[in-house]
Amino acid sequence: MPAGQGASASERVEAQRDAWRTAATVVDPEIPVLTIEDLGILRDVAVSGDIVDVTITPTYSGCPAMDAIRDDVRGALTSAGYSTVRVHLTLSPAWTTDWMSEAGKRKLQRYGIAAPTGHARAAGASGPVSLTLAVKCPHCNSLNTRELSRFGSTSCKALYECRDCLEPFDYFKVI
Amino acid sequence: MSVPGSAHVAVDVVALEEELVSRGVAASADVAEYALWLGDDALILAQQLGWWISRAPELEEDVALGNIALDLLGHARSLLHYAGSASGRSEDDLAYWRDAPEFRSVHLVEQPNGDFAHTIVRQLIASHYLFELYLRLQLSSDATLAAIAAKAVKEVDYHRDHSRQWVLRLALGTDESRRRLETALADLWPYVDEPFRDAPLIDRLGDVAVRPSSLREPFDAAIADVFAEAECEVPHGPIARGGGRDGVHSEYLEYILGEMQLLTRQHPGARW
Repeated sequence: MPAGQGASASERVEAQRDAWRTAATVVDPEIPVLTIEDLGILRDVAVSGDIVDVTITPTYSGCPAMDAIRDDVRGALTSAGYSTVRVHLTLSPAWTTDWMSEAGKRKLQRYGIAAPTGHARAAGASGPVSLTLAVKCPHCNSLNTRELSRFGSTSCKALYECRDCLEPFDYFKVI
Repeated sequence: MSVPGSAHVAVDVVALEEELVSRGVAASADVAEYALWLGDDALILAQQLGWWISRAPELEEDVALGNIALDLLGHARSLLHYAGSASGRSEDDLAYWRDAPEFRSVHLVEQPNGDFAHTIVRQLIASHYLFELYLRLQLSSDATLAAIAAKAVKEVDYHRDHSRQWVLRLALGTDESRRRLETALADLWPYVDEPFRDAPLIDRLGDVAVRPSSLREPFDAAIADVFAEAECEVPHGPIARGGGRDGVHSEYLEYILGEMQLLTRQHPGARW
């Protein structure tokens, strides 16, 4: 619940935490097992009385899910009793798959999408995209997989195929 | 270009999209012009690539070109939003309510999709140019441009790889794929020069902008690597006149805008 203007410091911290937890319940409409917190795109939640400022960042520049996420964040916090919810989009620092939580990666795997393997290289460092680690099939756990296309069903995924169970699957690519 | 029957529609009747980058600061006129250059390149290329969806040689390629178009559209939205902040116009005002002479894109991006080889060669040139550009624009003294570039460079890196893989497959595939690739290289290489030309605007912008001519050497080096692997010669030949940065375009752009702007101009404020 929103804390009033005259709240003590500890109440304000608690209010901040509450608002964060509420915002963190919003899921990605494209990958509904992942919350925006799991994805690492929830960047900041600031509470002042019953006004909340939420900052989110897109995974990809053209991610079409951002509008839906913004509306959902606004809806979740409005339902929780905040009178004014402002959602800000920030591009900097640029999102990276390194911000995805370990819990998020496990949920992704169970959902049938291979989680990103390895780490993004320093932003803008030149040289080829590193995709050296084998991608594990989320269906049978085989490492005997191959990339069909670096571009998949959404911007953030690549399309893979398992050579053992022969199932195709999505891989959340490192960026 | 003007669409019949739309002349009476004023821009302010169009419902403005909510700001995408909501904490933006207003750009100065020169910075806005520079953002327009880069934003228009991304927008026109995105519009062109979107045509391939359902028409590419294989399903995976429909998806790939569609995703690349989406990334570019994202760059265009950020850049045009920022460009519009100088004059109180939204990204949609700039995309839908300007005519061809007001666009600042280079001629490369308005070249026809042609056959698949033409689209791939255009992608090869554009993605390698954009990568070198955004790599350096991350260090711009303008924080908004630096943030857009830091995001874009990671995406364009994937586009670069996509075009390289296809150039290799076409070059080392069949006689026919090789023939088509060579035709596309000859047709498109005249348009390589324009994006690398300096202009007085760049001098005025100082360390806000990246000097276009400084990108040519790294671009040539990266392209030379691809061509060596593809066993291709770097094409020699005439250089196209250009003029896109001054609003001088070929008729191709009129057709692209005609399709892109039709719905908005016939049904101002339409939503779905």
